Amino acid sequence: MRTVLLAALFVFSALVQSQTLRIGLAEDPDILDPTMARTFVGRIVFAGLCDKLFDLDEKLNFVPQLATSYKWSADNKSLEIKLRDGVTFHDGEKMDAQAVKYNLERHKNMKGSNRRGELAVVSSVDAVDASTVRINLSAPFAPLLAALTDRAGMMVSPKAAEAAGEKFGANPVCSGPFRFVERIAQDRIVVERYPNYWNKGQIHFQRIVYQPIVDATVRLANLRSGQLDFIERVGPADVPQLKNDSRFKLARIVEIGYQGITINVGKSDLAQKNPLGKDARVREAFELSLDRNAIVKVAMEGEAQPGNQWVAPTNQYYAKSVALPKRNVERAKQLLREAGVTNPSFTLMTPTTSDAQRIAQVVQAMAKEAGFDVKIQSTEFATSLNLSDKGQYEAFVLAWSGRADPDGNLHTFLACKGPLNNAGYCKPEVDEAIEKARVTLDPKERAKLYEVVATNVAKDRPIIYLFHRHWLWAHNAKLTGLRTVPDGMVRVQGLKMN
Amino acid sequence: MLNYLLQRLATIIPTLFFVSVLIFTLQQLLPGDPAIALAGEDRDPNVVAYLRAKFHLDEPLPVRYWYWVSGVLQGDLGESVRIQKPVTELILQKLPVTIQLAAMAMVIALLIGITAGVISAVKKDTWWDYGANIFALWGLSTPNFWLGILLILLFAVQLGWLPASGYVSPFEDLKANLAAMIMPAFVLGNAIAAVLMRHTRSAMLQVLSSDYVRTARAKGLDERVVVLKHALRNALIPVITLGALEFGTLLSGAVLTEQVFTIPGFGKLIVDAVFNRDYLVVQGVVLFTATVYITLNLIADLAYFVVNPRMRH
Repeated sequence: MRTVLLAALFVFSALVQSQTLRIGLAEDPDILDPTMARTFVGRIVFAGLCDKLFDLDEKLNFVPQLATSYKWSADNKSLEIKLRDGVTFHDGEKMDAQAVKYNLERHKNMKGSNRRGELAVVSSVDAVDASTVRINLSAPFAPLLAALTDRAGMMVSPKAAEAAGEKFGANPVCSGPFRFVERIAQDRIVVERYPNYWNKGQIHFQRIVYQPIVDATVRLANLRSGQLDFIERVGPADVPQLKNDSRFKLARIVEIGYQGITINVGKSDLAQKNPLGKDARVREAFELSLDRNAIVKVAMEGEAQPGNQWVAPTNQYYAKSVALPKRNVERAKQLLREAGVTNPSFTLMTPTTSDAQRIAQVVQAMAKEAGFDVKIQSTEFATSLNLSDKGQYEAFVLAWSGRADPDGNLHTFLACKGPLNNAGYCKPEVDEAIEKARVTLDPKERAKLYEVVATNVAKDRPIIYLFHRHWLWAHNAKLTGLRTVPDGMVRVQGLKMN
Repeated sequence: MLNYLLQRLATIIPTLFFVSVLIFTLQQLLPGDPAIALAGEDRDPNVVAYLRAKFHLDEPLPVRYWYWVSGVLQGDLGESVRIQKPVTELILQKLPVTIQLAAMAMVIALLIGITAGVISAVKKDTWWDYGANIFALWGLSTPNFWLGILLILLFAVQLGWLPASGYVSPFEDLKANLAAMIMPAFVLGNAIAAVLMRHTRSAMLQVLSSDYVRTARAKGLDERVVVLKHALRNALIPVITLGALEFGTLLSGAVLTEQVFTIPGFGKLIVDAVFNRDYLVVQGVVLFTATVYITLNLIADLAYFVVNPRMRH
């Protein structure tokens, strides 16, 4: 009898255990309020907590989530969205057109909102009927749908948001598959299954525990010792040992962001004081001295895709006519001779992350062969952002986590008035093409405009794009249903422990 | 004794004032605009302006200091802008974790350090002494994060005896709590044990050669009584001071160990806050730990009176 009871207890505890999904995160998320949130890692938690109007599929197509369909008006200045019926927030309130109107207005008007820029063109929102909402724009805006697949499209309970005000992020109430239970800063975020979720058939866990573990080795040790079921951002050096262990599986996705070197070509006086910023031939020579494949192999253990544009070569907006340049040291030397600077020297500012440090060292060694004297200046991340915003740098190694729409990787950095145009690049034909691509909804037309941008940027080189990292995920081999979408979010719908 | 206590208490207030000014001023020396650091990847100009206004970053330094210190005097240490939680709540959340880790590390350090120090002094110039010295050298020269990762690989990944990292409250599950804390406590205690061992050894050697010990031996007392009752008691005075200082350091957070073992304590809190320029968290936690440190020092001074009767006069 005792043995039977013990066995039953064991089975029961194993079942309870399997109903909890334990996810290891690489960082501790910031505020859990979609309006205020700022970090990439926070979006991973939101994927379990807050549904969005639209979602992305593996090929970056827009698919319905809280919305069921959408229609642009004839002048492309308003977007009508049909909403899913019977959706409720975690506090039981209805998720209807009024709630969507409230949320979009909150994103736009709340003090300190990080979504204001993404929804800048939204002039008003109408709740046409309970399940139809119309977003009116001051001008057509192609990236809007992509914004609605991210935090700008996440809906929170108006009642809870009104009651909590600025403190909403401490106890978020959304309409996603899991509802918030508790957060212990730097330790864990716990969410539990929301029984009235509209798509509950796809949810196979009772709880999810998100645990921030900064060190990649320790994160992996937790997976290997069975304390975690899933970890994001596996260290590239750990991939071989995972491949040889049948208990785990590895998933690999090319990111929507990029890693590149931004060059100060006009942000401050420093641009004209340095041959790299002053002379396009020197920048061409610098790029020709680099071997992207070797950089990826050495600095990233092969876990990235070489690239030369703000989107990866697999993206539909990648301009195929602007090919990936090959290394050519002789040509680089010749260009330097033509520019009259055979041994140009510049400082390459890099954040102190190990990836950035490795990239800088490989770049330094490669450029040296063409005659460049690259001085590496390791700078703490917040400080490096500050210096680059002020134009107090010559070249800067910087990664961008990426946005689903190509405009999100481009406009901010290369449009004349882009808020993060730290290269100080401004060229009328490029600016015109970037702005036109924002108001053009036809993908083929947009692709043509981006080709114009790519051709110019490849020639002027305000940013030398190097590669697109792989999101590396490792998980228990029994975990199935994982969707590998390039935005790097862990979608919990369909995840199951067999 | 009372006079001494009052004298010491009177020095605490100006010390804390000085500490608060120092924390505030030093933080201003950090390069980088906190509003930009907090505004995230997008660094939206509207958000940057909002954060500047919210944290009075455009105001003169003395005004900003006054905003902060007037809140502190009313018991309000402010709020973490990154995760929207009051600093006091964060401290209260982390404090039990850090205290437990510090206490366990200290027990391990005292057990190993004092025992090894006494043995090493009593058995001077023998293999016992050499062994204890090698142990001390090893403890001092082993980086915490390296030892931590090795222990995780051995006890969590290979043997599966202990969890790799994380924290469970003792009120939730005491066994799981001890399992999670033993490795980080050992890593921390190991380094301190080495320091304590060296100090205990030199203090014991000095005391063992003093007149009163010779007298005790001449009286025919058992060697165990001479060493443990007469010599060790006196030799412990500098060790207690050192122990209190080390305990204070532990309470201010063991940054690397907490990072490796993902222990949500003070060290991790403060490091994350510095990198994210979460100023109020940094200021609040540093001021709190400074207060704890000063108090522990005071307690150590008072402990002299208890341990050494001569000081009472």
